[in-house]
Amino acid sequence: METVTDIEWILACYTDDVPENGGVCVKHGNEQIALYNFSRRGEWYATQNLCPHKQQMALSRGMIGSTGDDCNPKVACPFHKKTFSLLTGECLTDEDYQIKTYPVKVDNERVYIGII
Amino acid sequence: MFQPTIVVVGNGMVGYKFCEKLLTRSSHFNVIVFGEEPRIAYDRVHLSEYFNGKTASDLSLSTSSWYTDNNIELHLNDPVQEINRSEKTIHSLKGLTIKYDYLVLATGSSAFVPDIPGVEKEGVFVYRSIDDLELIKTYATNAKVGAVMGGGLLGLEAAKALIDLGVEETHVIEFAPRLMPRQIDSTGSGMLLSKLKNLGLNIHLNKNTAAFVGDHKIEALKFNDDTSLPIDMMVISAGIRPRDELAKLAGLHTGTRGGIIVNEKMQTSDEHIFAIGECALYEGMIYGLVAPGYEMADVVASYLTGHEKGFYGYDMSTKLKLIGVDVASFGDAFITEPDCRTIIFEDTHKGIYKRINISNNGKYLLGGILIGDADAYNMLLQTVNNKITLPPNPEDLILGSRGTEDSEGTGVISLPDDALICSCEAVSKSAICSAVNDGACSIDDIKKCTKAGTGCGGCVPLVKDLIAGTMKKNGQYVKNVICEHFEYSRQELFDLVKINKVKNYDLVLDHFGKGDGCEICKPAVASILSSLWNDVIVKQDTIQDSNDRYLANIQKGGTYSVVPRIPGGEITPDKLIIIGQVAKKYGLYTKITGGQRIDMFGAHLNDLPEIWKELIDAGFESGHAYGKALRTVKSCVGSTWCRFGLHDSVSFAIEIEERYKGIRAPHKIKGGVSGCIRECAEAQSKDFGIIATEKGWNLYVCGNGGSKPQHAQLLATDIDSTTCIKYIDRFLMFYIKTADPLTRTATWLNKMEGGMSYLKNVVINDSLGIAEKLDEEMQQLVNTYHCEWKEVIGSPNLRKRFAHFINAPEEKDPSIKFEAMREQVKAQW
Ligand code: SRM
Ligand SMILES: Cc1cc2nc3c(=O)[nH]c(=O)nc-3n(C[C@H](O)[C@H](O)[C@H](O)COP(=O)(O)OP(=O)(O)OC[C@H]3O[C@@H](n4cnc5c(N)ncnc54)[C@H](O)[C@@H]3O)c2cc1C
Ligand code: SF4
Ligand code: FES
Repeated sequence: METVTDIEWILACYTDDVPENGGVCVKHGNEQIALYNFSRRGEWYATQNLCPHKQQMALSRGMIGSTGDDCNPKVACPFHKKTFSLLTGECLTDEDYQIKTYPVKVDNERVYIGII
Repeated sequence: MFQPTIVVVGNGMVGYKFCEKLLTRSSHFNVIVFGEEPRIAYDRVHLSEYFNGKTASDLSLSTSSWYTDNNIELHLNDPVQEINRSEKTIHSLKGLTIKYDYLVLATGSSAFVPDIPGVEKEGVFVYRSIDDLELIKTYATNAKVGAVMGGGLLGLEAAKALIDLGVEETHVIEFAPRLMPRQIDSTGSGMLLSKLKNLGLNIHLNKNTAAFVGDHKIEALKFNDDTSLPIDMMVISAGIRPRDELAKLAGLHTGTRGGIIVNEKMQTSDEHIFAIGECALYEGMIYGLVAPGYEMADVVASYLTGHEKGFYGYDMSTKLKLIGVDVASFGDAFITEPDCRTIIFEDTHKGIYKRINISNNGKYLLGGILIGDADAYNMLLQTVNNKITLPPNPEDLILGSRGTEDSEGTGVISLPDDALICSCEAVSKSAICSAVNDGACSIDDIKKCTKAGTGCGGCVPLVKDLIAGTMKKNGQYVKNVICEHFEYSRQELFDLVKINKVKNYDLVLDHFGKGDGCEICKPAVASILSSLWNDVIVKQDTIQDSNDRYLANIQKGGTYSVVPRIPGGEITPDKLIIIGQVAKKYGLYTKITGGQRIDMFGAHLNDLPEIWKELIDAGFESGHAYGKALRTVKSCVGSTWCRFGLHDSVSFAIEIEERYKGIRAPHKIKGGVSGCIRECAEAQSKDFGIIATEKGWNLYVCGNGGSKPQHAQLLATDIDSTTCIKYIDRFLMFYIKTADPLTRTATWLNKMEGGMSYLKNVVINDSLGIAEKLDEEMQQLVNTYHCEWKEVIGSPNLRKRFAHFINAPEEKDPSIKFEAMREQVKAQW
C-alpha cells in the first residue's frame, strides 16, 4: 500500500560520489543529511547527520553494517560507536535515542533524497 | 477478587526493585508508588557517570511505560507528607489521600550536613541525586578550586568527579587521621593517599572545619587550627542520614541516631508498615549499599506473597569505583592477630598493598584489603562468602602462584553451586551455569536471562569466567570470536586470510563470515589485511575506523588533528618553522605531545589534504597518530650530549622508528630508547624499550602506560644493535599475528600461557621454529612502507573523499565553532 504524502525529492549527488559501503554528507539548506551506499546489499539509506548522543555531525562518517539474524542494517557513530538502525532510526545500543530517516531513490545514476 | 493495595513511599533504587520483585511473584496487588524526585527510579550507584557523558535517561532503571504496562500507579514529584495509621491512609503534598493495606517505606537517606556556620552559602552542595549533580555541574564551570568534605567512599568519588568536571584544583578535607576509615586500615590508607595525590588530589587529614567563609557565596574554609583554604565551591560528603522523618511523625519506632527500626521481616513497629533500603535500621545497623537493600526488597515481596524469608544482615564488602585507583575491602577487613593470621604484601614502588586475614587454623579466608590492584577481589570475596578451603599456600591468593604448577581448585568452577555471584540481583553460580547449559553463551545472553551483571557490574568478569569455564567443562569449544559475523578468533582469521591470499574485506566476509559486517569486524579485518599485505589503507576506506579512514583523529566538534612524524623526537629548526607556518595558516592549535612530537588540532576535513601537502613538501611524513600502528620511539638525548650517556640513544631511536613506521598491528605500539639506566626515555613503560648498558643494550618488552600501567619485562641483556632489531622484529611480528583485536602487548602477554618465559623461547630460542618466517614477514612490511598521506595528496580521487558536503565540496561544516584561549583556539562544544 502506498500512502500519498508530500515528499520533495532533492537531487543529492551521483551514485559514484558515494563510496561503496560507506556514507557522505549532503547539504539541504541548513540541514545535514547522511547518505549511505550499502552496495553490498544494493541498498541506499539516509538519516540525519547529527548523532544524538553528543550532538556530533558525524554519522555520515560512520561504519555501516548489519546485526542479528535478519541482518538489520545499521550505522555506527565514529565518536562512541552508538549504533542506529538504518530502517527505523532507533538506537540499537541505547534505547532512548532516535534519529530521523529519509527515503532514497536512485534514477539514472542520480541519487535523490526524499524530504518529508 | 480482593486486591490488597500496597503503597510504596520512595521511588529510589530499592523502592523500584521492590515493585519489580513483587511483580515477578504476583500481580494480585494494587500498587501505588510515590516519589519525591521528578524522575523515575535511576541508578544512584553510577551517579558519577552523569559527569562522564551518561544522561539521566542512561541512568534510568526503567521507563514510564513499564509502570503503566504493569498497572502500577506512579506519582512523581509528590512526596508523601503524612501517614494516618489508624485510618491506614497516606496524604501526599499534592493533596492525594490513599488508603493502604500495606505500606512500604523506601525513603532512602539524605546527605548528612554538619551544622557548621556558613553552610547555607551559595556554592555548597551535597552529592546524592541527579538534581544535585546538575547544580554542581553548572556551578563548576566558573570554579577553579573545589573541596570535598569527607574522605570516605563517596567523598573520594565526588572528588574524582570534580576533577573530571575540569575544576583545576581539588581538595579533600578529612576529619579523621586517614582516608576511608570504615573500609581500610591505616597502611592501606597511606598507600591510597599517595595514589590519589598522583591523580592530582590535594588531601588534608586531621582537619576540622570551623566555618564556611564568604559574602553570600563560599570563598574559603576556616579550620579549627586557624588555617584557611580559599575555595570556589564545596561538596559535602560527610555521611548519610536515613530519611525517617515521615516514620517518626507517624509514631513508628526509630533509632536514636536515625533509621526506622525493623525486624527480620522488615516490619516496623506497625505490622502493616515495612521499611527497606537505606532508611531501615536492622539490629542497630543502616545498610548503605544497594545489594542489601535489594535483599530487603526481596524479603518483603516474599512475605507479602506468602513465602517465608528473613533478612539476617548482609555482607558489606565494597570496591571503589574510582578510575585509576583500585581499592577494595571484603569480609572482616580489620580483624587482627591473635584472632587470625594476617598475610601482607606491600610494594611502595608500584603502590600496591594487599592484606588477607585467614583463620588461625589456616583453612578459611576471613577478609582483607586490596589497594592498587584489586583484580582478585571477586574471587577473594567468593572465597570468604562460601567458606572455601584455602590452598596450602594462601599467599598465592594475592601474589599469584609463582614457579610451581598452577594451583587449580581455586578457580570459579570450583565454587559451590549456591555461591552468590551477582549480589545486586542475587544470582547464584548454579543459575548462571544452568543458563549456559541451556544455550546462553555470551555475557549479553546471561544478562538477559538471569539479570546477573546488570546492577553495579562488578561481577561481570566473574560471570565471563563462569561462562567460559562451564562451556569448557561441557566440552564446548570456547572461542574468542571476533563478532557476530565471524566465528573465528583474530589469529585464526589472520591465518585464513593469509593462506587464501584474500585481499579485500568483502571477499573475506563472503568466504569466512556471514551478514554484512559491522564496526567491530571491519576494522579488525582492515588491520589484518594491512599487517599482511601493507596495501594503502584508504583504498578500502569504509572498513577503517573513522580515524584511519580520514588519516587523522576526529576530535570534539568534528575537527581533526594533524601529527607529522618526528622520529625520536629530533627536529630541525627549519622544520619547526614549517609547522609553525602551517598551523598559523590553517588556524590550528599546537601542542607538544607526550610522545615527543607536535600535534596540530582543529583542522577542517576539507583542509586536511592541503595541510598535508605543505608538510610533505617540506619533508614531513604521516605520524600515524590515527592508526593502530607504531606511534613514537621516544629517546633521551644520550651519549651525544649527556655526560652519563653510554650510547647514542637518539640515533638508535630514529633508526628503529624509521624501521617500523606505518606497520599496522592489533593496537598501537610505542617504543623508547634510553642512553643509560637513569631511563629518561621511560623505555620500560613502552611496548618495547631499549636501555643502553656498558656492553650493549637491554631489551624490555610489553610495557604499557594508560589506565593500567605495567612495566616492560626484560627480554634480553647486553645485546648488540643488530640482535636487538632482530628480536624486536620477531616480537612485533609474533604479536601482530597472534593478538586479539585492540589488545596492547602488555595484555597480550598477560593472557599468554607461560608468559614471559614462553615469549623468550619463541623470540630467542625459536621454540616454535618460526623465527625465520617472522624475520622475513617483518622485512616484507618494512620494504613496502609508504606514506599514506603522500598517496592521498597525489590522487584527485582520494582527495575528493575529504569534503564535508558531497554536494558542496568547498563548504566547511558550519556547525564547527572555535573560541579563543591563551592566544590559540579551542573547539566550542
Ligand atoms: C596528543 C597526546 C596527548 C598529549 O597532548 O600529549 C595523546 C592524545 C590521544 N591519546 Fe594518548 N596521547 C598521547 C600520548 C599518550 C601516552 C604517552 C606516550 O605515548 O608516551 C600514553 C601512555 C603510554 C601508552 O600508550 O602505553 C597514551 C595513552 C593513551 C591510551 C591508553 C592506551 C592503553 O593501552 O591503555 C589511549 C586510548 C586507546 O588508545 O585506546 C589514548 C588515546 C588517545 C587519543 C587518540 C584519544 C582519541 O581517540 O581522541 C588522543 C588523540 C589526540 C589527537 O587527536 O591527536 N592514549 N597516550 C599524546 C600523543 C603522543 C604522540 O605524539 O603520538
Ligand atoms: C554517589 C553515590 C555512589 C554510590 N555508590 C555505591 C556503590 O558503589 N555501591 C553501593 O552498593 N551503593 C552505592 N551507593 C549507595 C546506593 O545508591 C544506595 O544504597 C541506594 O540508592 C539505596 O536505595 P534506596 O532506595 O534505599 O534509597 P534512594 O535510592 O535514595 O531512594 C529513596 C527515594 O525516596 C524518595 N523519598 C524520600 N522521602 C520520600 C517521601 N516522603 N515521599 C516520596 N518519596 C520520598 C527520595 O527522594 C529518593 O528518591 C552510592 C550512593 C551515591 C549517592
Ligand atoms: S589526550 Fe589522552 S589522557 Fe588526555 S584526554 Fe585525551 S585520551 Fe585522555
Ligand atoms: S556522539 Fe555519536 S556516539 Fe557519541
